[in-house]
Amino acid sequence: MAPARTRILRIVLWGSVALLSASLGGAFLLREYASRQPHNVQVSGEALVRSKFSLVDHRGRAVTEVDFSGRWQLVFFGFTHCPDICPTTLAYMAGVLDSLGERADSVAPLFITVDPVRDTVDVMAEYVSAFHPRLVGLTGSPEQVAAAAQEFKVYFEQREDTAAPNGYLMAHSGYIYLMRPGGRFEAVFREGDQPPEALAEEIQMRIAKDDRQ
Amino acid sequence: MKLLAGMILAAALPYAARAEVAVTDPWARASILASRPAAAYLTLTSDRADRVIGVTTPVAGQVMMHGVETDGAGVSRMVPVDALELAPGVPVTFAPGDMHLMLMDLSRKLEEGEHFPLTLVLETAGELTVDVPVLGPGATGPAGE
Repeated sequence: MAPARTRILRIVLWGSVALLSASLGGAFLLREYASRQPHNVQVSGEALVRSKFSLVDHRGRAVTEVDFSGRWQLVFFGFTHCPDICPTTLAYMAGVLDSLGERADSVAPLFITVDPVRDTVDVMAEYVSAFHPRLVGLTGSPEQVAAAAQEFKVYFEQREDTAAPNGYLMAHSGYIYLMRPGGRFEAVFREGDQPPEALAEEIQMRIAKDDRQ
Repeated sequence: MKLLAGMILAAALPYAARAEVAVTDPWARASILASRPAAAYLTLTSDRADRVIGVTTPVAGQVMMHGVETDGAGVSRMVPVDALELAPGVPVTFAPGDMHLMLMDLSRKLEEGEHFPLTLVLETAGELTVDVPVLGPGATGPAGE
């Protein structure tokens, strides 16, 4: 082989190696990017989770999911006797709403109590207003709350504890649900998995993606 | 050089000689309703093995140390901790969403901006009282966090 052709061959071969490395690296970066945004959360039976409820808001009005249709919903189940994770999560949700800015108009933030006997309308009103002016508190009869929790597949239980106020402690799942306008499930998040600004960005992205479709 | 090393040693000696329990970044979240329990957080480091066997404060009838256990289904349960083990030099942190001090039977609402004393009772080191600032209901930690 003539030296010139060898050189060309060498350039072509090294060129292919470089191209292959670049595309592999690119694919890897793309996968990393895709897996980070939107945030991957493993959930089973997502299609079964839906927003469907008949409850009373913190202003004393009877509401159902229809009152929030046309908006996305950010839903958290908790209770006001919960000293740590509930205020922490609601403060996190408030941070998300602040970061959403004007976009928060298209998201209804709902805090549904799993302790309706103690969390009356008045208690809910005082409680939610401490976190964010947009936050909606929902309570109801124990049956109404149990039915709502059932639709969201939220688990909660009362445990006897003589040391706790009123003799019981509540245990519950600490997920924040993002529901689509119309009430279908979109995603779940946990407080602390990402900063509130990042979650706000993710929600915006999901809404924007939906608007394009 | 020797003189410098000697000076450093001399400066360090008083600290090395006595057992130290350090409490950093104590804070509590303002309570929204006086009838609801509040939470306080701090980081505790002891330079020798010790145990926290009690916590008291004049603002609450009872203070419980709570751990949080989350099971595979994502259900969180608060678990009372009767005695908290401190390993030498290993910081133990009470933080939102994790271990916390639950303040029950509040004598009044904890208002943002106020302070209250909190006394930790340690088996070996004895009692240690810290001043706890009350931050807003939406606070996630002392400023800077």
